[in-house]
Amino acid sequence: MKPCTVEFLADKNLIIVAGDWVMGNVTPNFMSVRHSLAAPLSGELNIQADALKSWDSRFVLFVYELQTYCQEKGITFNLSGLPASAQGLLKQVSAFPVRESGNKQIPPKSFAASIGVKTQALVHQSTDVFNFVGEVCLSLSRFVRGKASFRQQDLWLMIQDCGPNALGIVTLISVLVGLILAFVGAMQLKIFGAQIYVANLVGLGMVREMGAMMTAIIMAGRTGASYASQLGSMQVNEEIDALKTLGISPIDFLVLPRLIALVLMLPLLCIYADFLGILGGLLVSVTLLDISVMEYVVQTKSALQLGDFATGLIKSSVFGVLVAISGCMSGMRSGRSSSSVGDAATSAVVAGIVSIVIADASLTVIYQIIGL
Amino acid sequence: MKPVQIEVKNLTMAYDDFIIQENLNFKIHQGDIFIVMGGNGCGKSTLLRHLLGLKSPMAGEVWYQTTNLWQMNEHDRHKIMRRNGVMYQSGALWSSLTLAENIALPLQEYTDLSHDEIKGLAYLKLALVGLVGFEEYYPAEISGGMQKRAGLARALALDPDILFFDEPSAGLDPVSAKLLDDLILSIQASLGTTIVVVTHDLPSLFAIGTDAIFLDSSSRTLIAQGAPKDLLKECNNPVVQQFLNRGESPINGIINA
Repeated sequence: MKPCTVEFLADKNLIIVAGDWVMGNVTPNFMSVRHSLAAPLSGELNIQADALKSWDSRFVLFVYELQTYCQEKGITFNLSGLPASAQGLLKQVSAFPVRESGNKQIPPKSFAASIGVKTQALVHQSTDVFNFVGEVCLSLSRFVRGKASFRQQDLWLMIQDCGPNALGIVTLISVLVGLILAFVGAMQLKIFGAQIYVANLVGLGMVREMGAMMTAIIMAGRTGASYASQLGSMQVNEEIDALKTLGISPIDFLVLPRLIALVLMLPLLCIYADFLGILGGLLVSVTLLDISVMEYVVQTKSALQLGDFATGLIKSSVFGVLVAISGCMSGMRSGRSSSSVGDAATSAVVAGIVSIVIADASLTVIYQIIGL
Repeated sequence: MKPVQIEVKNLTMAYDDFIIQENLNFKIHQGDIFIVMGGNGCGKSTLLRHLLGLKSPMAGEVWYQTTNLWQMNEHDRHKIMRRNGVMYQSGALWSSLTLAENIALPLQEYTDLSHDEIKGLAYLKLALVGLVGFEEYYPAEISGGMQKRAGLARALALDPDILFFDEPSAGLDPVSAKLLDDLILSIQASLGTTIVVVTHDLPSLFAIGTDAIFLDSSSRTLIAQGAPKDLLKECNNPVVQQFLNRGESPINGIINA
């Protein structure tokens, strides 16, 4: 490859370019040539490229910058010395008018202004949540009156997706949580020789707290995220607009079946998780603590009352609503690009888990107060 | 005769057992604007994916000059693929990057140019398609026609030897479609790039095509080959005539291309 050269003959108003202006070769930067042009140039500038072997876009860029520079200085730049194809490209570049107003400029924000913007966004978001919840309530009331329209098939599919299809992961997680509870409890209770109370600990822990909480968190990561990305990509494909133009409420048609499916399935999954957690505790007790299966079962039975199950079930229904609402809302409010679908899924999971934990804390306090 | 850029030999395309096209044989010559036409679902886009190296053929070969695309190792294949520029149907711009970043990405990945040079080149490519001033815009903030032109600018980023277009005029108004055709012609004229266009837009294919093949979905193979204007005049195949005359009975001179 021949090195690239730029030579400026001031007396002839001529610039001579030569060499291989291609990738892999060092090409001169226009800025470095510019100062040698500055003083002597006037009237007209010609370019000669007889010794130019080969070139790519960087050559065109160089000449384009030269051309722009000449325009600024009021110099006529004569392209005719260039290869015809390069001339064609340069004409193409100049063929479109420059759109000055297009340049986006983001003014720097002061600290106070950014606090203001954040606050406004927060206010906007919270009103948005209330709006959405309101819309869902209206839709629910339509459903109760039998006026909400969605495809029954959809509901069954949703139920299958967030019920039976989730059993595998719920099984694994809840057995392990039961094991962990039993382990931690056994270490402490052994000191007092009260190993048998591991059954109380695991039973009450699973039924009142962990069963509902763990299934809800699994479902927030699994189903909430999938709701958000499904609805988000429907938003991107304008499928939601298509529903609206047909006069079908997207809340009725899309959100309602998902909400109902989760609210129905989460308590069932919760009960399932409760029993498997107790099973996990039993495994630890039988293998490590020399408690017989019968002893453990009897102790668990005496520790648990039906009311305990009710507290867990109420919690899991509430969590179902929260997971469904945060998933569907993130999806419905998603933007129209592929990255915003990802953002929607993220915010669905984050909002889902945060709201689950807050609701769990509040419900536990309320149970204490009313003595459940 | 112009040198052959791509040669397809006995190509059979299939998705699992479902055969889409069989026994395709054709050559794409350097500097041509080669049109792949045919009705919906005849396998035009699938053929494009085979030519690009995105899908391996069921049987047959795709040759780039003197190399068989599917007999080389992956590294060499990627090298060849990098010499192709592709404009996808809906632009396929990366939505999380601005237009300038979209064009800069291939340059950053495959060249060791400085930041300023890349910025300059991205500006130049956008200027080439008439999008100066939109460098900092995200794809979602510009119109569909602009997205297509930005897609073209990205396809041009690495100065490709061959440019592929998947339905360039789909979704564009006639004026914008014409502008894009002119752009394709002027880029071809100045760079001498070989261009492969998948389309069924009649005005566009008559305006730009210098060679073409016609894929038929019922017989599942190539039934006509030649410049679109010649096919309109000379091809006797009723399917091709129907296609080129928009389903009306062939009357010579409807399109004075």
